[in-house]
Amino acid sequence: MSLAGSEPLAISPHLHREITTARIMWGVTACLLPAGLWGVWQFGPRALLVVLVALLAALAGELLVGLLRSRPTVRDGSAFLTGLLVGYLLPPGVPLYVPAAASLFGILVVKGSFGGLGNNWMNPAIAGTVFAFFSWSAARRGWIAPLAWSPPAGASWAEPLAFVKSAALTSGAHGPIELLASAGYPVSRFSQALGGWLHGALGLGIDAHYLDLLFGCVPGSIGEVSPLLLGAGSVYLFRTGIITWHVPASLGGTFLVLVAVFGGLPYGAGFFAGNPVFHLLSGSLALSALYMACDPATSPMTAKGKLIFGAGVGALGALLRLCGSAPDGLPLAIILMNIATPLINGLTGPGRFGGGSGRPRA
Amino acid sequence: MSYVGIILTLVFVNNVVLSQLLGLCPLVSASRRVESAAILGFAVTFVSSLAALATWAVERLVLLPLDIGYFRIVAFVLTTVGLVRLLDFLVLRTSSSLRASLQVYLPLLVPNCAVLGITLIAERSGYGALESFVAGAAAGAGFLVSILLLASIREKLESEWVPRPLRGLPIALISAGLIALAFLAFDKALVKNLIG
Repeated sequence: MSLAGSEPLAISPHLHREITTARIMWGVTACLLPAGLWGVWQFGPRALLVVLVALLAALAGELLVGLLRSRPTVRDGSAFLTGLLVGYLLPPGVPLYVPAAASLFGILVVKGSFGGLGNNWMNPAIAGTVFAFFSWSAARRGWIAPLAWSPPAGASWAEPLAFVKSAALTSGAHGPIELLASAGYPVSRFSQALGGWLHGALGLGIDAHYLDLLFGCVPGSIGEVSPLLLGAGSVYLFRTGIITWHVPASLGGTFLVLVAVFGGLPYGAGFFAGNPVFHLLSGSLALSALYMACDPATSPMTAKGKLIFGAGVGALGALLRLCGSAPDGLPLAIILMNIATPLINGLTGPGRFGGGSGRPRA
Repeated sequence: MSYVGIILTLVFVNNVVLSQLLGLCPLVSASRRVESAAILGFAVTFVSSLAALATWAVERLVLLPLDIGYFRIVAFVLTTVGLVRLLDFLVLRTSSSLRASLQVYLPLLVPNCAVLGITLIAERSGYGALESFVAGAAAGAGFLVSILLLASIREKLESEWVPRPLRGLPIALISAGLIALAFLAFDKALVKNLIG
């Protein structure tokens, strides 16, 4: 369904704006591109291949749905965005059937079977990736050492979150960064130099692992690793009003507070000993909070609903990241809250026009 | 296992619908509206907690002393159905409004495979009387949660957009499957890490 189409959507009056579904989708895609290019540069041609397979499968699926329903929708850009996000959520070394299956599941089952864009109630990219994640254990591995690490690390290192999770209790360290440092987790030369300069010139003692996480010089999923570029891309989305502050703010706030309070428990460090900065910069937090949780089709419509939704994702994300068996709980938290979105919409929706009572919905 | 562990496991991890695939028929037939889903969900919770307790008693007082464990399923079916008839007779004769809202569900939908499954699971786990009761209530609450979520989604689905072959039952089952996919996030390791 394209807002640019000629068919009216609801009873007038309508405010006409030059913003269309296609323009929003391609705008979001453009904002995501820097982070993806960074991932491809860091992880090599294999990462590009994974993203391309995900994109092609998503477009093929959308084309198939369009042909079956004689309602072509490929050009609105939503399938391209879904495919891109599937590629971004996967590690670069996965077998190529994983991105293909994830994209096809997302487009055909999660979106197409409900009638296409706007009718799907679960984020197709995340659901497709989660489907692949639970179907093949190969989809959970396949990290490639980033180009920025020099000399190239001999042993294959897991992404920081997975590494930290598997070794939290046995290490004796008091937090994730200390654990990375004590385990000899590699650092890029650039971050080492920058950390040294910050220490010498400004007196700031910042562990180089933080800088690596910020810039994206760590193994991880292709499009997740660089919170800096993802954040920079989202500036355009905020400025054009494609996304509002509600979901990212309540999601990030809830998540960081909970991680700060409970994050020390897996290390036996007690309450209020968590490391929110590490969790802010690692895994898919930036991609989840700024892009995937703000999907207009699967998140609530009102400001109040968005705040509740964001807080729910943040709380479930913190729970799953600290206690769950998957390294990063945020994508799972988003699709769990997608389930509750119709309920939130029903509870926070505006009253009927002319209806006097405070009852939101008949 | 502690009571908190039983509750978390049966509501989220081994959800009677989403993980054990029991009670799918009442799930799809009563989830068109949130109100009917809530009524059925609460009725199932109420009955399953009592049924788990009653079948625990049947197991201890009849099946074990007589050593006729092979009659378990028959005995549990009879106990559950008898319990529902008893409730129908006792509680609902006294309240006409409650009876009106439950009239359709109680005889037809409440004695379902979910309730029977819950009693069998409680028996197999070797729970005591109170544990069986809590397990029955928790499993019923798991049914309530899943049917409420599915009903809220089905109410909001704009069915005219759903492809014709998938309207109605198929899209309800696909929706339930996607809910189950997301609920895979809750696993045994999570409960273990959470409550030790």
